[in-house]
Amino acid sequence: MRELRVTPIKNGTVIDHIPAGMALKVLRILGIGDNVASTVTVAMHVPSRVMGWKDIVKVEDRELGTREIDKIALIAPTASVNVIRNYNVAEKHHVALPDRAVGILKCGNPNCISNTKEPVESEFVVRSKSPLRVFCKFCDRELEDIAAHIV
Amino acid sequence: MSSFRGRDVLSIREFSRADIELVLRTARKMVPIATGKRVSKALDGKILGTLFFEPSTRTRLSFESAMHRLGGQVLGFSSTEGTSIQKGETLADTIRMVESYSDAIVLRHPQEGAARLAAEFTERPVINAGDGAGQHPTQTLLDLYTIWDEKGGFEGENVALVGDLKYGRTVHSLTYALAEFGANLTFVSPPTLEMPREIVEHVKEKGLPLKITHRLEDVIRDADVLYVTRIQKERFPDAQEYEKVAGIYRIDSSVLREAKRDLVVMHPLPRVTEIAPDVDRTKHAIYFKQAGNGVPVRMALLQLILGGAA
Repeated sequence: MRELRVTPIKNGTVIDHIPAGMALKVLRILGIGDNVASTVTVAMHVPSRVMGWKDIVKVEDRELGTREIDKIALIAPTASVNVIRNYNVAEKHHVALPDRAVGILKCGNPNCISNTKEPVESEFVVRSKSPLRVFCKFCDRELEDIAAHIV
Repeated sequence: MSSFRGRDVLSIREFSRADIELVLRTARKMVPIATGKRVSKALDGKILGTLFFEPSTRTRLSFESAMHRLGGQVLGFSSTEGTSIQKGETLADTIRMVESYSDAIVLRHPQEGAARLAAEFTERPVINAGDGAGQHPTQTLLDLYTIWDEKGGFEGENVALVGDLKYGRTVHSLTYALAEFGANLTFVSPPTLEMPREIVEHVKEKGLPLKITHRLEDVIRDADVLYVTRIQKERFPDAQEYEKVAGIYRIDSSVLREAKRDLVVMHPLPRVTEIAPDVDRTKHAIYFKQAGNGVPVRMALLQLILGGAA
């Protein structure tokens, strides 16, 4: 029988099937640091039938926006996002990489026009999903170390 | 009506083979006008805005000449001195302002992606005249025109690209275009300045024969076109690295003794030491003609974009 290490939450979001080791990056994307108003539970290196090992993040009393889910998709393309309302899974989504990542990444090219005071959002074209390769719409450079450039 | 009407010119990769061929054919028709033998009023009443945020001699003058030769007018600036940009105006605002003063905008800017950004803020066609180390599509078009005009085509021509293939933006765009047209490419560079991996892969995917070497001697006998570039000091993060490779390739008349009789030597200019002055007098030297081709090629683009059919 499966051992239950984490208790269910009443309202909030469960991000499941995160590739093992990526949970802390997910927390960074969600801006979870010192001043969090609700309970956050992180499970790392949990046995998974499908993935071998996985990470799980549970955030109470919070539902995620589209941009946050898109950001998670960049580093954890296997993740599923479950919205919990009154202990029940009210919605279940698999994250999906968008064809274009708008406003969620910063171009790594210091001389790119998108890194200036111009009134535009950053935009990256996803040219390959596996392996993930994204290119800046403006300067056309490939973004290396994607996780480090999430805004 | 031409598919070019009102079109932005941001990157050569957005041009199909048919698009490029149309520009080349139109450019050839422009030669008598470009050289003053015929007069045209095709763009009478049209105004071209030329916004040069950094200096450029050939590109700006040839755009201005092209517009004047077609009977149009030009306004703009050749440096940001004395403009509102110095007061901190964004490029987006400058573009929205110039939009109401002109029918098309030519932009040279020190930052990569500037032309694409500009195009988002105006309905007017934007022509990229160089964005930092990014794209310079009209240079590529005039390079293509020069090869096409000299050799009659591209397929099967042995084109050797020599010098800084890592940072040189003109060779990157030219490579993509020549691969599209089926030229046989050879890359000649020092090991530290080799063509970026993704461009090499692109050429290989096209199934074209590709040679990569560090020695000029390996290519000089077979080349039909030698496209020489300057190794630019400003692109090097480290002065020592620059010193190691500066002057590594020098084309002079003794090097060319081994070459085919009809080899043409091209260079986007300005040159420093990579082509000796004694080459200028040989029939191989076409780099000044190449620079001159900037006028009919830019006329062709302006005509197609602002005037409609060729």
